[in-house]
Amino acid sequence: MQKSALVKTLGLTFGAVLMTACASNSDIAEGDELKPLNAAQEAAQEEAADVETQAVEAQAVAGEQIDAAANEAQAALMDVSVFYFDFDNTTIKADSKNSLIAHSQYLAANSSARVVLEGHADERGTVEYNLALAERRALSVSRFLQANGAASSQIETVSFGEERPALMGHNDDSWSQNRRVEIKYQSR
Amino acid sequence: MIKLIIKVLFLSILALQARAELVIEITKGKQSAIPMAVVPFKWKGLKALPENVAQIVANDLGRSGYFNSLPKSEMLSLPNTEEEVFYRDWELLKQDYLVVGEIKQDSRGGYIINFKLIDVNTRTALMNQKLTGGASSLRDIAHFMSDRIFAALTGLPGAFSTKLVYVTTNRERTKFNLSYADADGAREQNIFSSKQPIISPSWSYDGKKIAYASFENGRSEIFIQEIASGKREKIASFKGSNSAPAFSPDGTKMAMVLSRNGNPDVYVMDLATRQLNRITKHYGIDTEPQWMPGGQSLIFTSSRVGKPQIYQVSLADKKPKRITFEGDYNARARITPDGRKMVMVHRNNGRFHIATQNMKTGVLQILTSETQLDESPSVAPNGSMVVYAASVGDRSILAAVSLDGEVKFRLPSKYGDVREPAWSPLLK
Repeated sequence: MQKSALVKTLGLTFGAVLMTACASNSDIAEGDELKPLNAAQEAAQEEAADVETQAVEAQAVAGEQIDAAANEAQAALMDVSVFYFDFDNTTIKADSKNSLIAHSQYLAANSSARVVLEGHADERGTVEYNLALAERRALSVSRFLQANGAASSQIETVSFGEERPALMGHNDDSWSQNRRVEIKYQSR
Repeated sequence: MIKLIIKVLFLSILALQARAELVIEITKGKQSAIPMAVVPFKWKGLKALPENVAQIVANDLGRSGYFNSLPKSEMLSLPNTEEEVFYRDWELLKQDYLVVGEIKQDSRGGYIINFKLIDVNTRTALMNQKLTGGASSLRDIAHFMSDRIFAALTGLPGAFSTKLVYVTTNRERTKFNLSYADADGAREQNIFSSKQPIISPSWSYDGKKIAYASFENGRSEIFIQEIASGKREKIASFKGSNSAPAFSPDGTKMAMVLSRNGNPDVYVMDLATRQLNRITKHYGIDTEPQWMPGGQSLIFTSSRVGKPQIYQVSLADKKPKRITFEGDYNARARITPDGRKMVMVHRNNGRFHIATQNMKTGVLQILTSETQLDESPSVAPNGSMVVYAASVGDRSILAAVSLDGEVKFRLPSKYGDVREPAWSPLLK
């Protein structure tokens, strides 16, 4: 909450600076035609120096805006908190990675945030093998989060094996939804 | 006989609520099954008996696959003593053996059963016995009688007086029970209930304790529960998962799977000192340890070659040796009491079934075909049958198959899903 408020304030401030910069730019344009070459060059240099200074700020503004956009994008990516796996497989799928990176970055930026990774398997195969398989899925996600900036102290893993299916059906649709790791935030 | 009374006492100590019982359906019988008749027993009491003893014995023997029990409706006469037997009736019905007897009440309200096992072909009594038990023990006496008859005719110990434990759960998976019942599914009681999953119940070799993994504290931890007292003890709650407990044959150790070092590995705990001996160390999955008879080595499931296969490891050298090579999914192996055969979950053409593998020759035989997603095989203590969990329709039920695949029966529950059966040792 605090952070997004700060971003907004910065955005407004720099927005105002940016408008000033735009006004200066139009002044240069006008002066360019009226002033003699040298003076114009001088002025241009001066103005350029001015612009340059302001441009640095403008870029900073752009940078902040990108961050703000990134924050929104990160929030959207973090809305995804369930990640699916193939049968008897613990490899993170390519389409899970952007969301997992967003979770990693959030954890990296918020050291007090804590997550539990719940590993699950579908009902096929044996109960204990599935418990181990689901645990390895959770560990696989844990390693990925750590590789992308999260600290091991922020992550706990727990396996429920095939005991807590998301869907009760005995078919491919249910099974594909049941082979999963769920990220659950204990604190944000 | 005193043991029967003790057993009854110990059952009543379990002051637990009865549940919907499992109902047996025989789905496939043995071609070579021996035809025999258990004639309804004589009873002169004023009130009807609480249990139909002859029917229980006939069901036990019929379900074993070794015998075909003649239904009462097909009997031509109903003798209660050897003298009353008119052999021509039974020869006409092509019966090899006959059980006749009578039930009396003793002065303390208990029962006395005198029975004879008769060979129709030689017209001689093979067995003449008197069994006694307490007022509520008729069912125990019946199973005991089945054990005696089975042993006399097959040379194998009967396993009708044994018990099953299994997990029952509602469809929503919000309530889990560890249930305890006779081997025929009768007299079901819950010995532990939880809102969180319960998995992997397994018996101590003396039949007095059950170990299992419970998620009651948010993750799997291993508990030992004394059956008679209900007393529970948590023995493993290390970081990560604690699961797949298996008592050693001498009862002093327990094999288990712990992920305290990140990856699931097999450990052996000394139950007296609680010291851990790490048996496997591999980045793959190592799980489902089971003791070989003698307690010097374990078999377990490992994904170290990518897909689950069965390995054997001696506690002395800790060098696992792969022992299954057919198929890409072999898991949860159990050993027959004589150590000759292994029973396991085997995937064939994408379907999960129960298979046996000869430990000497390595020859694999698939035992089940009608059920789906077969798992959790557990061998009867006389090595005759395997009970397992399977999917039929959208329910999870218990089913059983003989070690030669010839006899099959189901124990469908009236309530929710039934999973993870474990057959008790022979109870003394």
